[in-house]
Amino acid sequence: MDVRIIEAFRAVVGDDGVIVEREQLRTYECDGLTNFRVMPAAVVLPSSGEQVQAIVRICHRAGIPFVARGSGTGLSGGALPVEGGVVIGLARLNRILEVDIPNARVVVEPGVINAQVTQRVAPYGYFYAPDPSSQSVCTIGGNVAENSGGAHCLKYGFTANHVLGLEVVLPDGTLMQLGSKSLDRPGYDLTGVFVGSEGTLGIATKVILRIVKRPQIVQTLLAAFNSTDDAGAAVSEIIAAGILPAAIEMMDRLSRDAAEAAVKAGYPDADGLLLVELDGPVEEVELLMEQVSAICTSCGAWEIRLAQTEEERAVIWKGRKAAFAAMGRISPNYIVQDGVIPRTALPRVLREIERMSAAAGLRVANVFHAGDGNLHPLVLYDQRVPGQEQAAEKLAFDIIRLCVEAGGSITGEHGVGQEKKKYMSAMFAEPDLETMQLVRCAFDPARLANPTKVFPRPRLCAERSGPYQPHPLEVAGIAELF
Amino acid sequence: MNPQPRVIANELQSIVGAEHVREAEPPYPPGVVMPLLLVEPGSAEELALVLRAARDAQVAVLPRGGGTKLEWGNAPRSAALVLSTRRLDRVIDHAWADMTATVEAGCTVARLQETLAQHGQRLALDPLWPERATIGGILATNDSGTLRVRFGALRDLILGVMVALPDGTLAKSGGRVVKNVAGYDLPKLFTGSLGTLGVIIQATFRLYPLPRETHSLSFSLEDVAAANRLMLAVLDSPLAPTGLQLRVAGESSPQLDVRFEGVAAAAQMRRLLALAGDAEHTEAALEVWALRESLWQGQEPGLVCKFSVLPADLAAVCEEIRRVAGRLRLRWSVIAQAVGVGLLRLEGPNQEALAAALGVLRAEFEARAGSLVLLHTPPDFHGRIDVWGDPGDALPLMRRVKEQFDPAGILNPGRFVGGL
Repeated sequence: MDVRIIEAFRAVVGDDGVIVEREQLRTYECDGLTNFRVMPAAVVLPSSGEQVQAIVRICHRAGIPFVARGSGTGLSGGALPVEGGVVIGLARLNRILEVDIPNARVVVEPGVINAQVTQRVAPYGYFYAPDPSSQSVCTIGGNVAENSGGAHCLKYGFTANHVLGLEVVLPDGTLMQLGSKSLDRPGYDLTGVFVGSEGTLGIATKVILRIVKRPQIVQTLLAAFNSTDDAGAAVSEIIAAGILPAAIEMMDRLSRDAAEAAVKAGYPDADGLLLVELDGPVEEVELLMEQVSAICTSCGAWEIRLAQTEEERAVIWKGRKAAFAAMGRISPNYIVQDGVIPRTALPRVLREIERMSAAAGLRVANVFHAGDGNLHPLVLYDQRVPGQEQAAEKLAFDIIRLCVEAGGSITGEHGVGQEKKKYMSAMFAEPDLETMQLVRCAFDPARLANPTKVFPRPRLCAERSGPYQPHPLEVAGIAELF
Repeated sequence: MNPQPRVIANELQSIVGAEHVREAEPPYPPGVVMPLLLVEPGSAEELALVLRAARDAQVAVLPRGGGTKLEWGNAPRSAALVLSTRRLDRVIDHAWADMTATVEAGCTVARLQETLAQHGQRLALDPLWPERATIGGILATNDSGTLRVRFGALRDLILGVMVALPDGTLAKSGGRVVKNVAGYDLPKLFTGSLGTLGVIIQATFRLYPLPRETHSLSFSLEDVAAANRLMLAVLDSPLAPTGLQLRVAGESSPQLDVRFEGVAAAAQMRRLLALAGDAEHTEAALEVWALRESLWQGQEPGLVCKFSVLPADLAAVCEEIRRVAGRLRLRWSVIAQAVGVGLLRLEGPNQEALAAALGVLRAEFEARAGSLVLLHTPPDFHGRIDVWGDPGDALPLMRRVKEQFDPAGILNPGRFVGGL
């Protein structure tokens, strides 16, 4: 990278905010999806919104692509650097700027850790609802980029439902406010479009969050079944009874065994485990939990445990939250998928996955948010066995295609990123993808913000009259600027 | 823009059939006087072809559903062709076991709800005039109602859309499942875009069960500050109301309406009464939850505005309204939801006074990070004041979005924020 540009970055963030040494850059060459790696030309670590803006301006002026990064826990390669580009790490923008309890709003910088928001408002009886499994390390900025979900989004919704406004730096370095603390600000809902855009529309430098009052009571039920079919039938009946749990999670035999080996949650020795959490007013929860329990029994549950205390609940959840990491105990390598299907297709899709797994000779563990149909099949393989990685990738893709054919989605919460952009065409037709990219052309016509992600093919942005023109690469301009 | 839609009449007839092209009957939107041509496509493909024909001939298009909110927004700079979604009115799929429904834009809200109720479900939204308002219309205007405090607005309920763009593209975004993050969220972009980016053809929503029990109470408070305090106390409690509405008008006592639904509705009601202390209350009739519609009628010519502020600021803005209305001798009435979104009616014979009040109040709302948008005016009032207020510093970006989706500028030109 041109040394003048490095110097310009240093002038903005200081010497300790710019990383160019190869060994140090290695930390940033991938995110939570480790099988894609690209070495960035530089990493810049701003500590304020103004610094972010100044860095983006330098990138824009020089035509250098940039990738924003939070904690790097993403599972789709969204924070994978771009060849010759800059990684803008936002971990130093970690202040909670405002806590407004009467209006249930919190304003944070993007580097604030998800769980810190809840910690900060818990004394007032509130929590921040989106709870991805990585919540103790992932950042709000990353959650905004990915529109993160979590186990409780069945009832509480996703990041997009809890972000009311943003301060963003556009890829040309313009700073602007989208949305606001109050609702329904006149104009297009650009906040709604920005959330989940995976870093391709700019960088959020402030985020206005909505927090939620803690429910009066939370109860968690664990039910053991002889098959995931039986457990799936219970899920359908719970929903059909008009009950909206805070979470419904399912684990199959492989996942259960791995989680048990890892954290010793004391799970029943079952082929299908169901975890149902209800929250709300005490009278409602107690009454509905009786119904849930009866439904599970009628669907064949042979053991039911009801966690009443915070400690008992924590034990039940511990195994579920550790399920991905626990796979390391039963397989050297694995691919996590994130397909979504209509709930009703669950039994059929699970049987089909079983068949495909047997045909490929690879084990597939299933952990999923059963309430909203979000599957996380884990395709287990051993990299050291020749051909197995390719076979695993093919099986993972076939599972995703199965989800789309069932009327679902290629990703429920992990994002498209680098990994799934090749699947986008399985879900969307060409005109759909072209239309989405009109948004991109409005925000980032020069294609500098995380340019290689999400879409299988970039759309060429039409030239427009008026003040805004795609910025040409002005090498001469760099010399002038510095 | 070509003011004469008849240049494409023949082409439109060949697309949708001669019987589905005719002269549009009034009412027209404010500022539009000439007779317009009305076209009623019978399929998504026909609608897309109609849009492309209009684009090619530079004919301005006014998309219309039930026609209940034609006066919302600025008067369009040009309107020649009314594109009605009336014939696109099917409930395509009620996947009740998955709690989703896919419905065409021209279906009325009431008819969708009737269909969903057959399986004990609903779209958890109670917008204005459900008998006539269509799904496409409420989406385009982002209308919401009293259920918002619990279930959110359309942006929280919509899962997917199919839209037609002026170049004839038919595009889908989002999906039919409750969880999906693949690609940009165009359902949210189109919600509230007032038909300026494309025409919504169908949408998919997440649904909720119909409640087995409903209880509503109305509290009568001594002043608006006390009403706002009780509202905030309910929000800050473990109670989970599905309606929490503040009504204030002139010198009468402010009312706070509270609704609970579900199996614990009665128990929650008891706890609410403990929380409210000795506040005077009565069982509320179901009608209180539809009273917003009454703000469109009055004794004298008046304005109706939609406003938004932070929930804790509701009392302060009501006091400001009282002060300004008193000084300018205007009658006023506010119905606000606990999320901070509400409707204001101001009425009086003097248009100058109405315009002056609007200017002062808008400044007050905007100073509190809120907004005040004009929805209804007396005849001849349009044009006296900007409908939308301050669009903020994102307007240039909104303009670029508009230029990408509708480069020829044929869709509702000028009707949206900042003259988009």
